[in-house]
Amino acid sequence: MLVNQFLILAAILFAIGVYGVVARRNAVLVLMSIELILNAVNLNLVAFAMRSGSADGHTFALYVIAVAAAEVGVGLGLVLLIFRNRRTIALDELSEMKG
Amino acid sequence: MSVVAASEVLNPLSSGWFLENSWLIPIIPAVGFALIIFFGKRLPMKGSEIGVISMVASLGMSAGSAYQWIQRVGSAAEGQFVEPVIRTWNWWQIGGVNLTIGQSIDGLAVTILVVVAFISTLVQLYSIEYLHGDRRYTHFFAALTLFSAGMLAMVIAEDMILFILGWEIMGLCSFMLIGHWWEEGANSRAALKAFFTVRTGDMGLLVGVAILYFASNEWTTENLGVSGFSINGISAWALSGEPNSTVILMASIALFIAAIGKSGQFPLHTWLPDAMAGPTPVSSLLHSSTMVVAGVFLVARLYPVFFEGFDILGAGGNLIMVIGAITIVIAAALAFVQADIKKVLAYSTVSQLGYMMLGLGAGAWLPAVFHIFTHAFFKACLFLGAGSISHSASHHSFDMRKDMGGLRKYMPITFTTWVISTLALCGVFPFSGFFSKDEIIDNVGNNGYTMFMVIGLVGAFLTAAYMTRATYLTFFGEARGAAAGQHETEHASDHGHDDHGHDDHGHDAHDGHGPRESGPLITIPLMILAVLALSSGFLNATPFGKSWEKLKDWVEPRAAVVMEVHASGPGESRIRAEEGHHSSPCGSETPKEGVCFAPQLEHAKFKWSKALLSLAIVFAGIALSWLLSVALYTKKNAKLVGLTSRNKVLGAGYRLLANKYYLDALYEQVIVRSVAGPISRAAYWFNQNILDGVLHGVSRTTRSVSSWTYRNIDQRVVDEAVNASGRATKGAGGVVQPVQSGKVSQYGALLFAAASVVALVLVIVNT
Repeated sequence: MLVNQFLILAAILFAIGVYGVVARRNAVLVLMSIELILNAVNLNLVAFAMRSGSADGHTFALYVIAVAAAEVGVGLGLVLLIFRNRRTIALDELSEMKG
Repeated sequence: MSVVAASEVLNPLSSGWFLENSWLIPIIPAVGFALIIFFGKRLPMKGSEIGVISMVASLGMSAGSAYQWIQRVGSAAEGQFVEPVIRTWNWWQIGGVNLTIGQSIDGLAVTILVVVAFISTLVQLYSIEYLHGDRRYTHFFAALTLFSAGMLAMVIAEDMILFILGWEIMGLCSFMLIGHWWEEGANSRAALKAFFTVRTGDMGLLVGVAILYFASNEWTTENLGVSGFSINGISAWALSGEPNSTVILMASIALFIAAIGKSGQFPLHTWLPDAMAGPTPVSSLLHSSTMVVAGVFLVARLYPVFFEGFDILGAGGNLIMVIGAITIVIAAALAFVQADIKKVLAYSTVSQLGYMMLGLGAGAWLPAVFHIFTHAFFKACLFLGAGSISHSASHHSFDMRKDMGGLRKYMPITFTTWVISTLALCGVFPFSGFFSKDEIIDNVGNNGYTMFMVIGLVGAFLTAAYMTRATYLTFFGEARGAAAGQHETEHASDHGHDDHGHDDHGHDAHDGHGPRESGPLITIPLMILAVLALSSGFLNATPFGKSWEKLKDWVEPRAAVVMEVHASGPGESRIRAEEGHHSSPCGSETPKEGVCFAPQLEHAKFKWSKALLSLAIVFAGIALSWLLSVALYTKKNAKLVGLTSRNKVLGAGYRLLANKYYLDALYEQVIVRSVAGPISRAAYWFNQNILDGVLHGVSRTTRSVSSWTYRNIDQRVVDEAVNASGRATKGAGGVVQPVQSGKVSQYGALLFAAASVVALVLVIVNT
């Protein structure tokens, strides 16, 4: 039934998110892309829960939303500190971890 | 609802638009609250007009519902159970549990709806003048309106979920309104105390509802098609003979603890007098006539549960009666030593709530509900009268000893309404309190609880005496303090740092005047309430015979078996309408297979001899207290003044009362401190000596073991292995080093690529 459309939409969202994470330089935009990915997953969870008729998927989705909120909080905190130390949030300039 | 459909076979009951749509009654003030919060400050009257309009609309709806309910009762046959008007909606569905939300309108609900909406309307009108110019005027009206929404929602609730929701909204609003002038520490402390004390009781509500749900859900789902949260379902279940007596006793105790907290019963009554720190309209609405009866209402609403759980009408009394009786006497005794006029009224409220509990515990359901009804009018009137005095005569002071006296000449309207309400509270004959209180006492005696009847009569004596004292101090004798116009000189220093409870904020339109009558927005509500204090008793005037017992017809649920449960097969387990009337009584002798919603209760036959006895007691109280007051406060009789400091026994009694039986000290010093003090010290000692000792021992052992390990195993075996693997890794690292570019997005890309490969593998493996 309608589940296919949900899955396609989720896949599109996921792809956009991956593109954003890989291709963007701005840390904030990367965080937003991660949100997109998480929401794509949420959409999948809810769609499958709707098909199977159990509440588990909905519950998971709620958990994901809660965790995502925390994740954004931590992420933005990191970005803020990086900006304070380096006056930039362009990710390609942060390469101290180069091996 | 299947229940309604089943009974319609018997005799179609009339219904109407107002009854069907009673759920709008709490919705209107709820919307009003939102409008006041968002737009109130921009409106010409700062939001108070929305509050008043929404309450008037609710009052209109409630009156319409009451009218149609009376018609519905009238259309039922003699002895037929009048079905409540139930409408439910699915609210929330999870894991096979279907939570519904909805209305269940019956006589009890209609009565309380009318009382709450009516008094809310009057109090809002009164507040327009009383709080004129207050700095949080808009918020005050918002909280007042939200409170009404909460209370009305609780009253119409069909299920315990909505009931709890309304109950908690009231608790929150009570907190906000007591602490309305939070700049003074005493007020915010009083608000916190009220909130936490009531919350202590609220735990009982949650526990009780949970017990009831798990115990009754199966039965109600099978037999009535409703969940175990439904109030009607729980009631029928409790009376079905099905429940285990221990379970239902536990549930009753838990729920009764909630009622104790909310209705200020002993031993959780301590918050109610302190709650008088709020503005007087709040005391009048929440803490005397409506919110505090929520506990009584809970018992009345789930009466079948308490009836079975506590074995009401059984020999020897029960917890409800004992608590009620203790509360009547101890609160009345406390009222004698108060100097603050509002605290006298607060203890009086506690004591009257004790009467309601006593009545419910003794099986006098209708008299207790009737007392809620009449008490609301005269107690609201008394509080508003006290507010009127402080507003216009005693310069925001509530101290009867310092700032009042002789006010009857200046405030004729306040004085007259006060006296009418006082007589109603004392239970003097044609006033409303007589009909309700006397009926409670009479029925308690009639059901075989002679001792409790005597306590009730003692309470009536005390009530008459302390109210006479308060009236004398306020309106008679010579004027003192602010009432004598002394505040003008002391104004600057006097303003704002008395002990507590002073409505001295925000407005000062009238300094430079002596005591005078308040304006029409204050006196008109007083007059309306006084008229009702005088007349509302005639709604159920038992002395005049059956035809005067209107409220009994309208409100008391008729104890009839309305359905039979057929356990023959799953298909037939549904309820079938009972043809004709069932002869079995509901209650302790309920037939196993029947469903009924109300227990069978007897009513005492009215006898003038009993009524005259209680009237004599009341008049004795008034006379004795009057003589004592004249001697003590006006003539300053040398034998009486300072008697408590000379006589040891009286002195000890006075100190006990002045310290409120040391209950506050018990709660704060012993219970709270014992958590903070000894327990934490014990924990610290345990931590220092036992845990640390164990840790030290362990660490010493560990250290010796580890040094041996270091020398032999670590250095020789492990390090050698690590070094070897390190060399290997170094070689491998050189190969993959370019991947570690340090670029986050590159890592991300690798991650996703790897995930895609894994996903691909999974897809291939699974197909």
